[in-house]
Amino acid sequence: MLEILKQSNNPEICKPLVEVVIEVAKEFRQKFGRKPAFMEVCGSHTMSLARTGVKQCLKDHVHLISGPGCPVCVTDQRSIDAMIALAEGEQRIICTFGDMMRVPGSSKTLLDSKIAGKDIRVLYSPVDAVKIAEENPDKEVVFLGVGFETTIPILTLMIGEAEKQGITNFSIWMTTKLIEPVLRYLLDTGEVQLDGFLLPGHVSIVLGEDSYQYLVDEYSISGVITGFETAELLSGIYKLIDMALTGKVGIENNHPAVVSKSGNQVIQQWMDQYLTECDEAWRGIGVIPQSGLDLKPEYDRFNAKKRFSVDVGDPKKTKCRCGEVIRGLISPNECPLFGKACQPMNPIGPCMVSAEGSCAAYYQYMRESF
Amino acid sequence: MEKYISLAHGDGGELSHRLIKDVFIEAFGGENAALFDAAAITISTHKIAVTTDSFVIKPIFFPGGSIGKLAVAGTINDLAVSGAKPAFLTCGFVIEEGFLISDLKKIVLDMANEAKKTGVTIVAGDTKVVERGSADGVYINTTGIGIFEPNMDCSLEFEEGDAIIVSGTIGDHGIAVLAARGELGIITPITSDCASLNTMLSEVLKSTDSVRIMRDPTRGGLATTLVEIAEDFHLTMKINELDVPVKEEVHGVCDLLGFDPLYLANEGKAIIVVASCDKDKVVDILREFPEGRDAVVIGSIIGKGKGQLLVKTPLGSSRLLTRLSGTMFPRIC
Repeated sequence: MLEILKQSNNPEICKPLVEVVIEVAKEFRQKFGRKPAFMEVCGSHTMSLARTGVKQCLKDHVHLISGPGCPVCVTDQRSIDAMIALAEGEQRIICTFGDMMRVPGSSKTLLDSKIAGKDIRVLYSPVDAVKIAEENPDKEVVFLGVGFETTIPILTLMIGEAEKQGITNFSIWMTTKLIEPVLRYLLDTGEVQLDGFLLPGHVSIVLGEDSYQYLVDEYSISGVITGFETAELLSGIYKLIDMALTGKVGIENNHPAVVSKSGNQVIQQWMDQYLTECDEAWRGIGVIPQSGLDLKPEYDRFNAKKRFSVDVGDPKKTKCRCGEVIRGLISPNECPLFGKACQPMNPIGPCMVSAEGSCAAYYQYMRESF
Repeated sequence: MEKYISLAHGDGGELSHRLIKDVFIEAFGGENAALFDAAAITISTHKIAVTTDSFVIKPIFFPGGSIGKLAVAGTINDLAVSGAKPAFLTCGFVIEEGFLISDLKKIVLDMANEAKKTGVTIVAGDTKVVERGSADGVYINTTGIGIFEPNMDCSLEFEEGDAIIVSGTIGDHGIAVLAARGELGIITPITSDCASLNTMLSEVLKSTDSVRIMRDPTRGGLATTLVEIAEDFHLTMKINELDVPVKEEVHGVCDLLGFDPLYLANEGKAIIVVASCDKDKVVDILREFPEGRDAVVIGSIIGKGKGQLLVKTPLGSSRLLTRLSGTMFPRIC
């Protein structure tokens, strides 16, 4: 497997691929009078494209737009404030993915709360939260459930584990997101002109290739599911341009080793068992109906939102334009705060914090390209 | 001998005395020096180097080393990359009540072995015990004293074309420690590169007078250390990402977590900037030592004035590298 991955980043393979992509992009420009525009939905794609230099190599030929696929970046400001307020409660242990620690709320971050003495723990393996609950029966352990279809199954696994062990002091603060509703939102509003999507590799492992058929049937737009290695990304972009040139609309699976046609059925069953669709607020977008998953009512005992009352006011307004970055309307460097008031050590918005954030990717890997 | 550290071990009384005698002097020797508050050291007329560092690591034992080995090797390396020959070390311990004395002995033995291996004498120490919950096991501070030997220094006179060499694969320590914490649920064969580099670096300095600077890229990793050199000396440096040696396993874990190996900690690696004409000679010397067997040229100084570090990506484009921005947290998906 390592050998395959190695090959996928091999410059002897990737450099000619860049040339081929540029050639077909030129053809596209000749035919349509503009650069082809694609959205990489996934935050890890954004990071990979910037880190490997693909974005820089293609910037004059292909318009690559960062999409809404970074779980931290799309978390609504009010949710972030609520999670920080949740941590202020007595006798609580807040468990979270590391990405969330530095995300600024209206007045502080989870990291600030931790430094001030609140018990906030970064977990590498989320299921450890159940173990922590077991070891601390006098405290309430709350896991901050942020993520897309990739991480949602882990949350159901945690609930299953807590249920099996009869643990009563464990709950999840759910603020999860689904990919399909947000892609529909972007296409329905038509704010961004797109010729196709680079569809997320990890999410697609869960959902499967067939789950994107609505893009073709209802929107006549193509998608290519890709992994995160250089050659995979480049060949994905090539396939999207090729489809646009030939007038073909379809979903291609460029990640067949791990993405099947119907996805992971076992995981989908877990999700069906514990979760139900709910309205969810997206940063910079607002509420998208049925775009998140919440625990079914019969699992209210594991639902932190039902167990704890958290009072937060309207979020503080800043000049941060993360919302427009997420929607693909502007590049990170078009935000007036980018690289000045907003930097990784002093982020104003979540896109500058996350290891999958567009602004962080641009700051870390592409500043000199501007 | 008691099984656990108690607060009384730090009160200066009988238990403190026994701890010093049975654990520290047993390992480090120097019973006579321990009779006094300060050690008397003859340094002659040499120019001396002094450095100090504190070591706080979890877990205290990890594949390839321990906090004890780290505390000695880390300080020795700080002296060695400065061009000084390490001679003496002092060590200060802050130990949490309840700490196992058997673990303390292992740590101290690691320190003694590393010191012996490198020809360094541990000449003074201090022990404090704090209440359970006030510390995390054990913290160690080491102060190192070294001697600058004639014609064995770094020139700091940089020129365009100077080569940047790294003495081996990067990120091993960062990943080994992360995996050893057990929080990742992954098993990796990676061991820490924790090692003293003084003998190897001394051979390099003996072989050429064109070494500009040496550094050990510990916290913040290769990128942060190179950015510091570039900024401190107003140099534009460029490294080739493909030439930077990274083990496949380290790459794998980094991909999983969203980490960049260029920013992972190392504890047994040196960066050497040397005149281009001597780069091959220096690489050959490094490769004669086990800790330098993967030494390689990774880039060069391409200009002066700007104070920036660039990296050439495998696709041929260049991007700017900056210092590590805070702790690296693993990504969500």
